[in-house]
Amino acid sequence: MAPVDPLFGIHAESLRLRSKQLDVIASNLANADTPNFKARDIDFQAALERAAARPAQTPAAAPTSNELVYRTPLQPSLDGNTVDMNTEQAAFAKSALGYQASLTFIESRMRGLLTAITGQ
Amino acid sequence: MKIFDIAGSALAAQSARLNTVASNLANADAVAGSPEQAYRARMPVFQALQMGAPGEVGVQLQGIVESQAPAEKRYEPGHPKADAQGYVYAPSVNPVEEMVNMISAARSYQSSIEVLNTSKDLMLRTINLGK
Repeated sequence: MAPVDPLFGIHAESLRLRSKQLDVIASNLANADTPNFKARDIDFQAALERAAARPAQTPAAAPTSNELVYRTPLQPSLDGNTVDMNTEQAAFAKSALGYQASLTFIESRMRGLLTAITGQ
Repeated sequence: MKIFDIAGSALAAQSARLNTVASNLANADAVAGSPEQAYRARMPVFQALQMGAPGEVGVQLQGIVESQAPAEKRYEPGHPKADAQGYVYAPSVNPVEEMVNMISAARSYQSSIEVLNTSKDLMLRTINLGK
């Protein structure tokens, strides 16, 4: 499958990356009370550009260390934990919304194609 | 799809934390006749648990430690468990601290439930694509 799909555009890749981003943010939320845990996130823009630029027929790669970045803590904490619940919850909501947006786009393209095929 | 495992591990860990809070509050007034026998407040210690690719990290209970704070000495000569000098030893449980722990654990638990529900909805929508 080509990274920039002729029918769905970049949204197929976007769906895969959003899913990974949701995993990382869920990890942050799960470890909100773990001492010395450092919150991370995926630099979505950079990861999407890299995924779109890869040659066709190569398998999709995991986000590299350049894109799996650490979050800057807003305030120091005594146990070394840098997870801020509010920031992570907002990031989770935003990522879920991005996933839904890509899904909606793919769905509408599919419906358009089905209408063209079946004629109704 | 590790998100379900990650959120599940968080639920288990916060649930264990709530259990220790309940234990501490239940034993807050259990006095003993000597400092060694007095109940010690229990606290969970969490540890990150790698669940596959880097970035997918759950949480696990590393262990439950007992507080090393000294037992509170009270002068109650009429108490059946009082020692030779008339002292009983009460646990060093701070109810305010336990309530704060309970609120924090409940908030983390609710947050993990939200993660589970949102992921489940997204996956269901993906499965039903095109129907």
